[in-house]
Amino acid sequence: MATNNTILQVSELKTYFFTRLGVVRAVDGVSFGLRQGECLCLVGESGCGKTATALSILRLVDSPPGQIVGGEIKYHNENLLRSTGARLRQIRGNRIAMIFQDPQSSLNPVLTVGEQIMEPIRLHLKLGHRQARDKALSLMKQVGIPQSAERMAYFPHQLSGGMKQRVMIAAALSCNPEILIADEPTTALDTTIKAQILDIFRELKQQMNMSILFITHDLGTVAGIADRIIVMYGGRIAEAGSTLDIFDQPKHPYTWGLLNCLPTIAERREKLSPIPGMIPSLIDPPEGCIFHPRCQWRMSVCQQAKPPEYVILGEHIAACYLYQKAPASAGL
Amino acid sequence: MERKLLEVDNLKKYYPVTAGLFARHVADVKAVDGVSFFITEGETLGLVGESGCGKSSLGRTLLRLEEPTSGQVFYKGRDITAWNKKQLKELRREAQMIFQDPQSSLDPKATIGDSIGEALLIHGVTSEKERLARVEALLQRVGLEPGHATRYPHELSGGQKQRIGIARALAVNPKLIVADEPVSALDVSVQAQILNLMLDLQGELSLAYLFIAHDLAVIGQVSSRIAVMYLGQIVELADRDGLFQRPLHPYTQALLSAVFLPDPHRKRQHIPLAGEVPSPIAPPSGCRFHTRCPRVMKVCRQETPIFQPIDKDHLVACHLYDGK
Repeated sequence: MATNNTILQVSELKTYFFTRLGVVRAVDGVSFGLRQGECLCLVGESGCGKTATALSILRLVDSPPGQIVGGEIKYHNENLLRSTGARLRQIRGNRIAMIFQDPQSSLNPVLTVGEQIMEPIRLHLKLGHRQARDKALSLMKQVGIPQSAERMAYFPHQLSGGMKQRVMIAAALSCNPEILIADEPTTALDTTIKAQILDIFRELKQQMNMSILFITHDLGTVAGIADRIIVMYGGRIAEAGSTLDIFDQPKHPYTWGLLNCLPTIAERREKLSPIPGMIPSLIDPPEGCIFHPRCQWRMSVCQQAKPPEYVILGEHIAACYLYQKAPASAGL
Repeated sequence: MERKLLEVDNLKKYYPVTAGLFARHVADVKAVDGVSFFITEGETLGLVGESGCGKSSLGRTLLRLEEPTSGQVFYKGRDITAWNKKQLKELRREAQMIFQDPQSSLDPKATIGDSIGEALLIHGVTSEKERLARVEALLQRVGLEPGHATRYPHELSGGQKQRIGIARALAVNPKLIVADEPVSALDVSVQAQILNLMLDLQGELSLAYLFIAHDLAVIGQVSSRIAVMYLGQIVELADRDGLFQRPLHPYTQALLSAVFLPDPHRKRQHIPLAGEVPSPIAPPSGCRFHTRCPRVMKVCRQETPIFQPIDKDHLVACHLYDGK
């Protein structure tokens, strides 16, 4: 459902990887919209296609072996899948910025962090050295890097993991992007540092009205930051809805499984309820619903055809035949 | 009272920092700096802390995979810090380790059967037929098929590889397993499978675990008691519910407040910690946490707090509780 303030609309995206062993359908028909000023979380386990979805938006999928084989990604009124390389370079880091999981490997080890934050500023905003420097300094302060003037001359290896991730965020924010795509930005960080970084994301959303596409496997992080949630499994959307929809009234058996298998602080569960089996290969996925081999509620129809996305209520959708009496969704 | 299986007394592990052509010894990384605790038979002690706090060094040092700098480790009442190679082999039959990354702890060129069988061979199961039978039984015990014995590590998923890691540790019928972040590389649905397996095995084989992890929810699921480590020292140790419901040390309180629970209704009272963990080469004077502590007092900068019981089974090293 594209609403007025949708600024990025992904429709029927298909990103496949053509490997020696066969075609990996990493993203296999995913549709969603990202709105102005919201934090949308893509949640799922490894191999569910969440990172491939994010990389596809900026056309950063390694090709070969990867290829976007179908769909549309509309940023305002422009289909990014048709844009030229030059146009994409104008957008990347400028209008849509991205932060990766491992700040160590995404920073250049032989440039100072100051230079790396200034690079997009000088490239996209065409500011001079001194102005770019001032801007970089204020960004570093904004993301909570102490002694920022001094730290500008530091090389990445002189900073801790949390500080490096702050540098990455500062660089991503440098051109006031409309959209920030963050791929597991807190996964490599310690508990207390993670809480600090998530606070920065919350401020960005509230103060700068930024739209954030936040990718994570950690449901705790999601509960703390998301407005809306998309649960992915096997390259497709299993369930999507508001944060309260997903946590209070989850509908898809995979979402139930994810929520039930977590240990909690409040009480020691006698026994955790893991999801049986393991994540299927996307080269030779199961027929029908990809989740059916692990699903306790599977019916014969689940083994035959992929379930469409059924509307539960409003924006809450679930791709599961348990809800086949509900109307099919026209896409998010 | 339950018997103490392992007792650690003022254990220290320093790693030398060298400089120059002749590798002059200039300083020490004080990875473990005076740690004392015990583990009783069949219990799980959880050890939680952030990266660099020394929790992995502690796990490795108390099994003598690393040589301790000073202090003593008693296994069943006998000091193992002075044991020779032959005696250590005896210790390895009793105490085993499971690692975080099952990929890098398995030989990629050896079949699963050979990897597990090697442990049996070293510990005296010389008949090949018997080894095979034991390997198959172990594989079934950890929820795999006997047929997995002929497979190679790259053919298995992360969860299956961690099951192999557990099978290999169990091969010698140990009484104690040091598990260093055994589930942190796994997806949540698989993580629950491995945690359940470890709890089942503990019940059946009366194993004791030292369970090292950074995730408080995971630690809480498996542990009867929990130790919190900061910069080479244990700052608080209590039973599970005591620690979670009545954390005493300001670091434990901050750590618990920083946990994001999968519950959007919970209002977080986040206690932000200033700054970062100081270097273990030159830890702060007095209480090591004083540079970041929201409740720091004058005495904290000068005097090292004593790790002492506040009430039964709840120990803490903090000046807030010693009447100063």
